[in-house]
Amino acid sequence: MKHSHDDPCAHCEEMMQPYLDHILSDEEMREAEHHLDECEWCRRRYRFEESLRVYVRQAVSEPMSVQLKQKLAALRIPLN
Amino acid sequence: MMAEAPPDATRIAAEARDRVRFEEEALALSDQVYRVARHLAGSREDAEELVQETYARAFRSWRSYTPGTNLRAWLLRILTNLNIDRGRRNQRAPQMQALEANDYYLYDKLSESDGGLTDEDRVVERLSQDDIVSALSAVPHDFRDVIVLVDIGDFSYQDAAQILDIPIGTVMSRLHRGRRILKRELAESVVEEAS
Repeated sequence: MKHSHDDPCAHCEEMMQPYLDHILSDEEMREAEHHLDECEWCRRRYRFEESLRVYVRQAVSEPMSVQLKQKLAALRIPLN
Repeated sequence: MMAEAPPDATRIAAEARDRVRFEEEALALSDQVYRVARHLAGSREDAEELVQETYARAFRSWRSYTPGTNLRAWLLRILTNLNIDRGRRNQRAPQMQALEANDYYLYDKLSESDGGLTDEDRVVERLSQDDIVSALSAVPHDFRDVIVLVDIGDFSYQDAAQILDIPIGTVMSRLHRGRRILKRELAESVVEEAS
């Protein structure tokens, strides 16, 4: 990962996905949280990303049709 | 008193019981399998066919499933292989791949066109369901596959790596880039709607 320590917000942006995936090291996590505590600009963008992920999940969830369910059940191999 | 069943009959009965249990467990996962299939395949029709082929194959080769292992991942492995075999993937030439934007790009686009919004939950609501479905389908398949498995199908990185037969590091980097591409596509759809 490319670090941009000269710009804390750019660095915070790089940490956003791994932060939300819970894969940052403890040290990186503290670093991100420290910055987020102080920076509303980044905090808003993190919150947005979190709601976006939930929203995407909901938006693309399309229930399977009853007909397809019945077709799948019919594929079962009958007992002899 | 009942006569003891011959060993063959006992074996056959036990196998039938195992098979019925397998089929029932597999069918109980069909909603989750379909949810992933719907966005791995190009269209609803393709997804429905793919899910049927997957279950037909799973029911035929149930003996190769090891009980106690992740059945959902096993089914998805069959499904992704069938999807590749049938060439049903929405191919996009590499040079056509959308450019990635930075992670904050979409938020900035959405809030800038609304004169600085305050509530992040409301910002996201500016995207319609259609925007999201079409943006996801515009993500090149290598990247889309991992987004669909991890972010929509709830698979772990490890499971996604097994299903797609790629290293876990590749899952992580494709996920990272894929989400950026998705946001870029979403930002473009918002800009198009505004103009």
